[in-house]
Amino acid sequence: MGAVIRVEQLSKQYRLGLVGTGTLSHDLNRWWYRVRGKEDPYLKIGEVNDRASKGSSEYVWALKDINFDVQQGEVLGIIGRNGAGKSTLLKVMSRTTAPSIGRIRIRGRVASLLEVGTGFHPELTGKENIYLNGAILGMKKQEIDRKFDEIVDFAGVERYIDTPVKRYSSGMYVRLAFGVAAHLESEILIVDEVLAVGDVEFQKRSLGKMGEVSRSGGKTVLFVSHNMTSIGSLCNRLLVMKNGQVDFHGGVKEGLNHYINNIQSAAEGADLRELLKALPEDEYFELLDFDMVQEESDGDIFVSHLPVDMVFTYRIRKPISGLRVGFEVQEKKSELTLFSVFHDDSYDEILPWIPGVYTSRARIDANLLRESSYLVNLTVCIHNVRWILNGQVKVPMEVKNLTGLTSIYGFEKRPGFLLPPIHWENKGA
Amino acid sequence: MSTDREMIPEKDDWDLEIEPRTRLFSLDLREVWSHSYLLLMFVRRDIVSVYKQTILGPLWFFIQPLLTTVTFTIVFGNIAQISTDGMPQTIFYMAGITMWNYFSETLTATSNTFTTNANIFGKVYFPRLVMPISKVLSGLVKFGIQYLLFIAILLYFVSRGNHVNPDPLGILVVTPIVVTIMAGLGLGMGLILSSLTTKYRDLMFLITFGIQLLMYATPVIYPLSSMSPAFRWLIEANPLSWLVEAFRHVYLGAGQLSIPGLLYSLGFTTFILLVGMLVFNKVEKNFMDTV
Repeated sequence: MGAVIRVEQLSKQYRLGLVGTGTLSHDLNRWWYRVRGKEDPYLKIGEVNDRASKGSSEYVWALKDINFDVQQGEVLGIIGRNGAGKSTLLKVMSRTTAPSIGRIRIRGRVASLLEVGTGFHPELTGKENIYLNGAILGMKKQEIDRKFDEIVDFAGVERYIDTPVKRYSSGMYVRLAFGVAAHLESEILIVDEVLAVGDVEFQKRSLGKMGEVSRSGGKTVLFVSHNMTSIGSLCNRLLVMKNGQVDFHGGVKEGLNHYINNIQSAAEGADLRELLKALPEDEYFELLDFDMVQEESDGDIFVSHLPVDMVFTYRIRKPISGLRVGFEVQEKKSELTLFSVFHDDSYDEILPWIPGVYTSRARIDANLLRESSYLVNLTVCIHNVRWILNGQVKVPMEVKNLTGLTSIYGFEKRPGFLLPPIHWENKGA
Repeated sequence: MSTDREMIPEKDDWDLEIEPRTRLFSLDLREVWSHSYLLLMFVRRDIVSVYKQTILGPLWFFIQPLLTTVTFTIVFGNIAQISTDGMPQTIFYMAGITMWNYFSETLTATSNTFTTNANIFGKVYFPRLVMPISKVLSGLVKFGIQYLLFIAILLYFVSRGNHVNPDPLGILVVTPIVVTIMAGLGLGMGLILSSLTTKYRDLMFLITFGIQLLMYATPVIYPLSSMSPAFRWLIEANPLSWLVEAFRHVYLGAGQLSIPGLLYSLGFTTFILLVGMLVFNKVEKNFMDTV
């Protein structure tokens, strides 16, 4: 066993803003430096990539001096806030863009899945797309021939294999696309959050497929995700990225703790409205406001003995079907506490949405959340297609237990995770 | 935890090194060749997807050159009365258009390689050169279909005895040479343009316009022999002219088959192709940052 991936002094610089009239002069200047045998003048300027503070330079380091090794058979999770450099790191590793400084050395065949269904052509049939997509991902014809039945079986699309994929439901499409990807033969697998699509059953199956692959085949996996639960259950090493640098590299448990403590301080400082405005524009959906409402409450401190209403106000820009708005409540330094999405009651229902402004209100019952500090992660997705929002907006929520159920002594915190009052019947024998 | 690098002696047998800059001459054609199956799939996709959900299907490949020929016959032949070297106008234009279409389509398709494939290129690595080469090959299939149409019409004119004198031996020798040079030139120019358009989009506007102008500087709608000496050098400097003329010479018996001319075209094409591949190779690594 030894390192199969070695990343050394890896840095990547981007130029901010648009390519415009300044580009040519910079290019000429750069060329002039090179002709004289000097270093690129623009590689020196540039700063740490921190989105919150507006930098003065036009150049920014999306990755700065990254060093780490990945051992064979390791399942390395990569986590970090948006803009921390995770995607850039993946792009460099999968060779879709080159580093500015430093290098990566790799032993073995790499398959990288930054997306499922890359190059799928809507007019081609399922079968034609399996071969096309397989070839794009680097498979040879014999390899696809050999895996073909398995892929079709995995995706469950036997009946539609000669139908153009534009007629597929979004679920079938994703399953087929993932099926091809999951059957790639490689020693190293690089996976972006492609697993964040599909229904729950399918996600489980995909995660299972990946886990099986890494445990049995000695395959090395790099897995980027926002989802701490899947990172926790899949990975055996963790890399936390922050502002383009490695913030933590080590065990999963310590890493997740480190990460949670970090995001919480970042989220509390940010004004929610500002955060919403700064979100990248989505073609279909715009979150206008989010509020947590409780009688007798001001700000983000709530009492446990009264219900809390989660109120989403949003605009639908174009007709869509299968919209899911929801939230996750996570107790700080702990596992996910509560998860909810509308259509909780009928998960697969796909209703059409026409453009307009809507509000959605979800009530968290009284005496459910214990006294603690929570983070509320707002989630929006189009069912089986993609996430619109997940992990970008986290709202802090402070719950206090004031006049509700307490411990027998009345002053101490009530122990346990759940608060609901439980009815007791006491009888003499 | 982190295994000490000093403790485990590392064999220096890395399969892949990802580094900042490509050396100028690090073009790896073997890698392109190892992706020949992908190349085939792209060609297949281009051909199959074009006529899906159309009623006439591959017939469209015929209709376009036919309509162009009719238009040229009316505008340039009948209204402007430009000489056709004594050939029937239809077959004269048809010969020019068949060749020209292959060149212009190869050039157009390869010149927007990066911009139209940004989505795939941003997600998966494969030698980028596979994409423009696939365009040359799918263009070749289309050319083949139009060529058959040309042959059919040529045979019709021969049977009617319209001074059309194809030279079978010449056809056998010249056709592959001319088509290969044409493809190489289209590819080479396309590679250069595609590399430049990633950063400077201004060029995209120039390409369509430039191709049109270039057609008028190529003996497509007129024979080289009709050029006045004042402009003749300009047309002769265009490497495409020799290809179209040679093509007409062997198929129709009109036009100039010039060996020095063809050698000039070949030399020019080799140079452009080489420059194109080097520039393309240099740009492909970082184009995602600017596109």
